[in-house]
Amino acid sequence: MTATAPPRDAGAPAARAPRRDPATRRRSTGMLLTTLTWILAVGFFFPVAWLAMTAFKQEAEAQSDPPTFFFTPTLDQFRAVVEGGSGTYVLNSVIATGVSTLLVLLLGIPAAYALSIRPVEKVSDVLFFFISTKMLPVVAVIVPIYVIAGEIHALDNIWTLVVLYTAMNLPLAVWMMRSFFQEVPAEVLEAAAMDGAGLLKTLRSVLMPMVAPGIAATALICVIFAWNEFFFALNLTASRAATVPLFIVSTMTSEGLFLARLCAAALLASLPVILAGWIAQKQLVRGLSMGAIK
Amino acid sequence: MTTTTVGHAQSLRRAQSSRAARDRHTLPRAERWRRRGPLLPALIFTIVVTQIPFLVTIWYSLRSRNLLNPGSDQFVGLANYGDIVLDSTFRQAAVNSVVITLGCVVVAMALGIGLALLLDRSFPGRSVARTLLITPFLLMPVASSVLWSMAILNPTFGLFNWTIGLVGIDPVDWTSTFPVLSIVMALVWQWTPFMMLLVLAGLQAQPKDVLEAAQMDGAGPGRTFVSITLPQLRRYIELGLLLGIIYVVNTFDQIYLMTAGGPGTASANLPFYIYQRAFLGFDVGQAAAMGVVVVIATIIVASAALRLIFRSFDVKE
Repeated sequence: MTATAPPRDAGAPAARAPRRDPATRRRSTGMLLTTLTWILAVGFFFPVAWLAMTAFKQEAEAQSDPPTFFFTPTLDQFRAVVEGGSGTYVLNSVIATGVSTLLVLLLGIPAAYALSIRPVEKVSDVLFFFISTKMLPVVAVIVPIYVIAGEIHALDNIWTLVVLYTAMNLPLAVWMMRSFFQEVPAEVLEAAAMDGAGLLKTLRSVLMPMVAPGIAATALICVIFAWNEFFFALNLTASRAATVPLFIVSTMTSEGLFLARLCAAALLASLPVILAGWIAQKQLVRGLSMGAIK
Repeated sequence: MTTTTVGHAQSLRRAQSSRAARDRHTLPRAERWRRRGPLLPALIFTIVVTQIPFLVTIWYSLRSRNLLNPGSDQFVGLANYGDIVLDSTFRQAAVNSVVITLGCVVVAMALGIGLALLLDRSFPGRSVARTLLITPFLLMPVASSVLWSMAILNPTFGLFNWTIGLVGIDPVDWTSTFPVLSIVMALVWQWTPFMMLLVLAGLQAQPKDVLEAAQMDGAGPGRTFVSITLPQLRRYIELGLLLGIIYVVNTFDQIYLMTAGGPGTASANLPFYIYQRAFLGFDVGQAAAMGVVVVIATIIVASAALRLIFRSFDVKE
């Protein structure tokens, strides 16, 4: 396949001349594909839009048959969610997400450094170990974690979740940050060292600015996974340390209608991650592939 | 998604790996420990938090222990494993795990490839369309589970039954009649954007000059796709399937919230069934033994998968 080869169908356009001009045909195919894309995009998004719409309804409108498409929006459900004791849940989620992400970076950045810039021996064995812990099913360890946490009085304690979320995200973060660190040209660091900059100064003023976007992308992924985590929170917390996903579940009551309020809670709970993901789409891809896709 | 850096990064990595190889033989002991230093906190933390509980799981799996009955704790050898062999619900949960995981990952990948191809053209509002398409993946899984079970698949006021009613199909109680299918539908909706993003990254990484050359050579769009695009995408598709399997096999939220594993245990997967045994049945020994079995199965699948991962990530020393 060389670019200089003569086009094989050089005479083709002339032969097709009586039919529609190929450019017009290509344009109409393009319009068709664009329309199809938009239909699918709106279709995929529609459940989210429906969730948002329902959150602005009164309960009776939310559970009507046939579904209500036109209604007077109300903020009643949001008010009920905000005033309905969601504060503790939000605070717990913020602590679990924020502190665990900080810990991940604190442990992960030096580890990524030791696996890329000044590598230890057997780098791939270490990477293998980290990724294999991600494959260990959570259910296989939940029983001892529950029993041990019970014995050291760490059940329903937000710091238990902090430790577990750190362990959950650390392997991912190490892989991801290593891939960013590997892009730092060795010459740059060597040049800084030659100029007489000490190790700490080189790290702070040369390395850190270069890997900062990667660290931000890593933090984003850790925040998403910790904020959304449900299994550990369900099994290891009760009233004091419960997080936002449990608040959503708690709005499902056995008495009365609750769908609109449930949707309001679900929408508010998802909003931080949705907005962050919309803004940082590029970083999201790299993070989700653990750094494999650049 | 800058891909021009790939070649550079690879040559860099080669330079780094040859440097690492040289260093390994010449580094003094003290330097080697200085290099290990930054790695140790993360390594020790991960070992303590993930490996010790697993060793305890193995220990529990050899004992009969019920949380409601403190006196019951005694060594029973492999009895818990014997019970699993006879447990038809466990087998069913294993089958459900495979069906749900493969069903979701394969369908999501097929849809993801289609959507990625559509998005890999330039058209007005492309970035808005992409933003709409990734949103299902960004919704909190708990939120997406209740959205599907309560608002969409609900038998009386759900949107789905109303929609199929427009073309004259009778309402169906989805989560009771087709529990596994309902779960797979919700999961496919959530995971399609993930696959789409990965495949789209692969499409955009295609060297444009190769595509142009193919066009010059007279290859039509179909031919170009099969002989150039698909081989190029292979790595991205493998990666997407693999990561999808790792995440989806642990699905818990959708099952807990959409069907609670029911009716009966018809839609329980292994994570949900083990959860039931541990936290509703309080049977620590049984749940632990099931956990060990799942890990052994995972190791078998994962050892094949990890080789693939390492090829995809191009990990070299």
